[in-house]
Amino acid sequence: MFKGYDFMNIDPLFSDEEKMVRRTVRDFVEDRVLPIIEKHNREATFPIHLVKEMAQLGFLGANLQGYGCAGMSNVCYGLIMQELERGDSSLRSFASVQGSLVMYPIHTFGSKEQKQRWLPRLAAGEAIGCFGLTEPDFGSNPAGMLTRAHKSGDGYVLNGSKAWITNGNVADIAVVWGRCDDDKIRGFLVEKETPGFEAREYKNKWSLRASVTSELMFHDCRVSGDALLSGTDGLRSALMCLTQARYSIAWGAVGAAMACYHSALEWALQRKQFSNKPIASHQLVQEKLVWMLTEITKAQLLCYHLGRLKDQGRATSAQVSLGKRNNVYVALEVARMARDLLGANGIVDDYPVFRHMCNLETVKTYEGTHDIHTLVLGQEITGIPAFE
Amino acid sequence: MKIVTCIKQVPEKDTRFELNTEDSWIKEQDLTYEINECDEYALEEALRLKEKHGGEVVLLSVGSDLAERALRRGLALGADRAILIVAPREEISDPLMVARALRAQAQVEQPDLILTGVRSDDHAFAQTGTMLAELLHWPHATIVMKVETDEVGKTLKVQRELEAGLLEEVALALPALLTIQQGINQVRYASLKGIMTAKKKELRRVDWISLGLSGGKKIQIERIGFPKSEKKFEIIGGSPEHAAAVLVEKMKKEMKIL
Ligand SMILES: Cc1cc2nc3c(=O)[nH]c(=O)nc-3n(C[C@H](O)[C@H](O)[C@H](O)COP(=O)(O)OP(=O)(O)OC[C@H]3O[C@@H](n4cnc5c(N)ncnc54)[C@H](O)[C@@H]3O)c2cc1C
Repeated sequence: MFKGYDFMNIDPLFSDEEKMVRRTVRDFVEDRVLPIIEKHNREATFPIHLVKEMAQLGFLGANLQGYGCAGMSNVCYGLIMQELERGDSSLRSFASVQGSLVMYPIHTFGSKEQKQRWLPRLAAGEAIGCFGLTEPDFGSNPAGMLTRAHKSGDGYVLNGSKAWITNGNVADIAVVWGRCDDDKIRGFLVEKETPGFEAREYKNKWSLRASVTSELMFHDCRVSGDALLSGTDGLRSALMCLTQARYSIAWGAVGAAMACYHSALEWALQRKQFSNKPIASHQLVQEKLVWMLTEITKAQLLCYHLGRLKDQGRATSAQVSLGKRNNVYVALEVARMARDLLGANGIVDDYPVFRHMCNLETVKTYEGTHDIHTLVLGQEITGIPAFE
Repeated sequence: MKIVTCIKQVPEKDTRFELNTEDSWIKEQDLTYEINECDEYALEEALRLKEKHGGEVVLLSVGSDLAERALRRGLALGADRAILIVAPREEISDPLMVARALRAQAQVEQPDLILTGVRSDDHAFAQTGTMLAELLHWPHATIVMKVETDEVGKTLKVQRELEAGLLEEVALALPALLTIQQGINQVRYASLKGIMTAKKKELRRVDWISLGLSGGKKIQIERIGFPKSEKKFEIIGGSPEHAAAVLVEKMKKEMKIL
């Protein structure tokens, strides 16, 4: 049974409640995810049957209050993400999108009716959501988006397309960002099967294979006035959602890194080469293991502190950027080192390492690429934007 | 159906223990604790019976102040309330003392059914449940692997696990006590909502002194230690046929593994 790694003995800093939550998710991942995930990854299918199970346990939108949500702390929410991503980044991505990118904006920017209609169903896993911000021509720079929401009668007409949208084809509701007649970007709730709305799944991904990624197309797609998330006010509202999701990614990356380190350590102690000694007895191998554990430990401390700040309402988006950027970077490096240490066995799916490594390539890119977060932090430090 | 489930908090499995300076117990500092494994199964069985018949599941534990954690987890899994008899550790290394303390609260609660685990993962006496039943003059069944109730919840039919894969079916009238074997069911996960509500559920503390049991202890732990490992090896010479024959003989007679 996986027990996690806690070199700096930070476990006593977590409350009993937080540890109980972690235990629930860890047990769930051990029993329900790990036995099936390689098959889903191989066949590129999303384990959709786990959605309701996760919902029943309260994983979806766990840090939101009311409407059937668990109402837990952000540290609990982070621990859920960490454990889910130890299983697979696909499940964590699903939970991040559902909770941070769909439920959070409805909770924050939605009307009472929108909240009552959608939040309980989304929390219960009866409805799945997706978040459409990225476009084929506007990824890192969503401010340039071309999707239009033209006012027509008491509703809107949407035209444009969204690219790389997690959950696209399995979603009942899409949070879609478009430019309004006053040039301001706002969010809309578009239900599946609305005429003029179509989703097309990307096939042949090498990464996040157990997750659904789709292109969303809007062709004279008419929605009623109630579809507008009336609290949204420009791109900044979309970025607020991203800050929530990036926070969950910072924790999730630790889970993926721990899974890879775990495999690498076990392997290094048992695999023997030269004089019948385990490869772990060689200095070069030890150096790699030490690097991995050191970076995992630093990432854990970062998450822990970020979580406590967020619970006090004091975490800034730049701090979250630092967390996402650092933790995903080190997780990917840990995955690559683990792959290396396993030798040939590192490339087959008898071990989780290559799968995590491929997944983390996506995690590095989405929710602001590594370099975009570098620019965010560069601007934070110097006051000089270097995006253009 | 009112069910009392007795649960004990024990150090987490696979812990590498160190002994205290007097060799009288393990070092408790920095240990992680959990609910004794059989007791989790007992609690799950209780929750299932409650789901079928309605009623209440009350957790009962004898332990240190720290055992509150195990009880909170039990409450998160779905128990309705909990009672913790806070006792000094020396007193409760005797299963009879624990059974007496449990009886005192069982008499207050007057449940229809008491479930305990077969044994605890620390002392492994496997006596507490049976002693409690005897003290209450209640019928009991041990090492239970299956529990069936009639429609109205007045009688039980249970399966006991015997040696060599045999099962024994026993009928009991309530009130009764069962000691539950691990593996009887699949223990549920504590849902996040369960964890949140557990904080608000009643957890009553009972002071050991108030039970008036002090001085009745019959068993005392003298010393604990790790067995001295003696590594013995022997090279059997001669032809392969001869060596194999000697080895088989040794496996049969000395090691008793064939
Ligand atoms: C599996 C998957 C799931 C996704 N899910 C979603 C989703 O649910 N919703 C959603 O809206 N989006 C989603 N995305 C899209 C993701 O957020 C974008 O891919 C990401 O923002 C990067 O955009 P891009 O791919 O267009 O790359 P680009 O923006 O074209 O970037 C390409 C490269 O150029 C670099 N670059 C760009 N601008 C600069 C600059 N100014 N200075 C220096 N370097 C720069 C980038 O860092 C990167 O290395 C998903 C992507 C993937 C792969």
